[in-house]
Amino acid sequence: MDWEFFIELGLGGLTRGSIYALIAIGYTMVYGIIELINFAHGEIYMLGAFTGLIVAGVMGIYGFPAFAILLMAIVIAILYCAAYGYTMEKVAYKPLRGAARLSPLISAIGMSLFLQNYIILAQTSDFLPFPTLIPDFEFMEPIAHIFGSTDLVIVVASAVSMVALTLFIKFTKLGKAMRATAQNRKMAMLLGINADKIISTTFIIGSSLAALGGVLISTHSGQLNFMIGFIAGVKAFTAAVLGGIGSIPGAMLGGLFLGLTESYAAGYISSDYEDVFAFSLLVIFLIFRPSGILGKAPVEKV
Amino acid sequence: MTFSGLVKSIITGLAVTAMCVPAFAADTIKMGVAGAHSGDLASYGLPTVNAAKVVVEKINAAGGINGKQVELLIQDDQCKPEQATNVATKLVSDGANVVLGHICSGATKAALPIYTEGKLIAMSPSATNPMLTQSGDYPTFFRTIASDDMQARLGVDFAIEKLGAKKIAVLHDKGDYGKGYAEFARKFIEEGGKAEVVMFEGVTPGAPDYSAVVQKIRRFKADTVIYGGYHPEASKIVSQMRKKRIKANFVSDDGVKDDTFIKVAGKNAEGVYASGPIDVSNLPMYKEAIAAHVKMFGSEPGAFYPAAYAAAVAMLTAIERADSTDYDAVTAKLRSEFVDTPVGKIKFNEKGDAEGVGFSMYQVQNGKYVELK
Repeated sequence: MDWEFFIELGLGGLTRGSIYALIAIGYTMVYGIIELINFAHGEIYMLGAFTGLIVAGVMGIYGFPAFAILLMAIVIAILYCAAYGYTMEKVAYKPLRGAARLSPLISAIGMSLFLQNYIILAQTSDFLPFPTLIPDFEFMEPIAHIFGSTDLVIVVASAVSMVALTLFIKFTKLGKAMRATAQNRKMAMLLGINADKIISTTFIIGSSLAALGGVLISTHSGQLNFMIGFIAGVKAFTAAVLGGIGSIPGAMLGGLFLGLTESYAAGYISSDYEDVFAFSLLVIFLIFRPSGILGKAPVEKV
Repeated sequence: MTFSGLVKSIITGLAVTAMCVPAFAADTIKMGVAGAHSGDLASYGLPTVNAAKVVVEKINAAGGINGKQVELLIQDDQCKPEQATNVATKLVSDGANVVLGHICSGATKAALPIYTEGKLIAMSPSATNPMLTQSGDYPTFFRTIASDDMQARLGVDFAIEKLGAKKIAVLHDKGDYGKGYAEFARKFIEEGGKAEVVMFEGVTPGAPDYSAVVQKIRRFKADTVIYGGYHPEASKIVSQMRKKRIKANFVSDDGVKDDTFIKVAGKNAEGVYASGPIDVSNLPMYKEAIAAHVKMFGSEPGAFYPAAYAAAVAMLTAIERADSTDYDAVTAKLRSEFVDTPVGKIKFNEKGDAEGVGFSMYQVQNGKYVELK
């Protein structure tokens, strides 16, 4: 067996998986709290990428160093996307909170189309180049041919943000309130938790991670247009379901699992079937383990 | 004028016309124009009719071909094969000397056996199916457009002869255009036997990352990548190859020969090869053909107009040079002598494809596509 090739594919899968995991968290958190599949989440990721591009363009004119631009782009993209996520929830989902489950779902699809067309009108429908904001680190040069600096930054950034998120959920008061709302919203409200605030926080956190992903992934792939959110969104949603929708560690595991599967399938079989493997995996999971890797089977409440 | 005078002049007029028309008709060159002139695909066929009208008007105004006027027999096949056979039969029985058409490959293929049997030259400005010429079944068929496999042929020959490729990775985007190109490329590489195809794979358009495919290019030690598809994926693949320090040459098609590719791939685009149509927009005859259309119809011409204009000119010039409408004489002239047309100076090879039309190779140099001579 060719171990080097195996490791190369593994590292490629790790990068890809981290990307999926970052976006998948947004899906899974929202689902965990209000049981809504937020189809517009991929568009938030796309908006993050566009915000990053604009910041990078403006700062590039003034000749800031690449790393400063990257940090600023991420920070501003997070602020913008958090605002978009917050507003989106207030506009498209909150008025439908008491409605049948299908209504917010349709509203989410509408939101997704709205945001895509908003970018076409406000920006462009063309492909745009995204500058390389992550310099080639010298210490990475010996292995740059299998694992580049960009890959390293993506993997580290997602690992750090996931650890931070887990600590936040586990140990802060707000995190506790989020868990309580996820378990039983009515009970949480009776105990004095402001559910509206919790839901808004969820959207803000999910959108921030999507924004981070948008900037990092665009600098990795070097291009963006208004449609990038769609494919990334579908894959991340698959990852969330694989891991067990509603579970945050599940989203991370699902993302990595999906990324590695795709990478190995493309490497050892053929990239012709990359998507076939990804979605076959989804179908198999939905049949044999619908609650995903870490998901709990839903308990019928009596 | 009195009433009887009027009658007289009408009668005289009629008599003159009556004497004139048969004599005149016997001495015309008849050019059939066949293609879709109505229906969904009319926009592909009508510019060819216009081209024929423009060319014929110009020739007739200048005294015709060796003193003979040119007459058009316009027939609509709607791009439907069953209509095309009827049209072909009608053109043969009406005594057409040459046919400009047909437009769609399917209709052309249906009509060709009839022209072959009737020894009637047919020249298409738009039927790109490779088999129409390469099968050798239709010796009366010519075309002024490059066949579908021409780009792949050019890409493969360029990679092997100019770049010295030995191990070629053929990739595509799974779409009709890209996959078709890649399949022809693989076929030509294997037939040539000078290089081997080390991998043949489709990538998923829009995926955020192509590292698995890129690692495979390294694993199989490919020295050249031939890619069929469009620029968004091409720029991602090239960028990731360069990031992973893979120096293999990148050869691609017209879908990549787009300025957006250079804009998006930036410095990674440098050195990439892509084929594109030969630039004819500066040829005086091209400008003249467009101007004549604008003058006659008051609008810019549509699809395949320059190629149709070229076909009409090529056929009529061959008749003039042969001083006959005899099939063998005209074909010999088409195959042996160059003629100036809006798509360049062309003549036809044994199979019926035009030499001098089609594609040339471009390379990105200093942020611009430069034609390689």
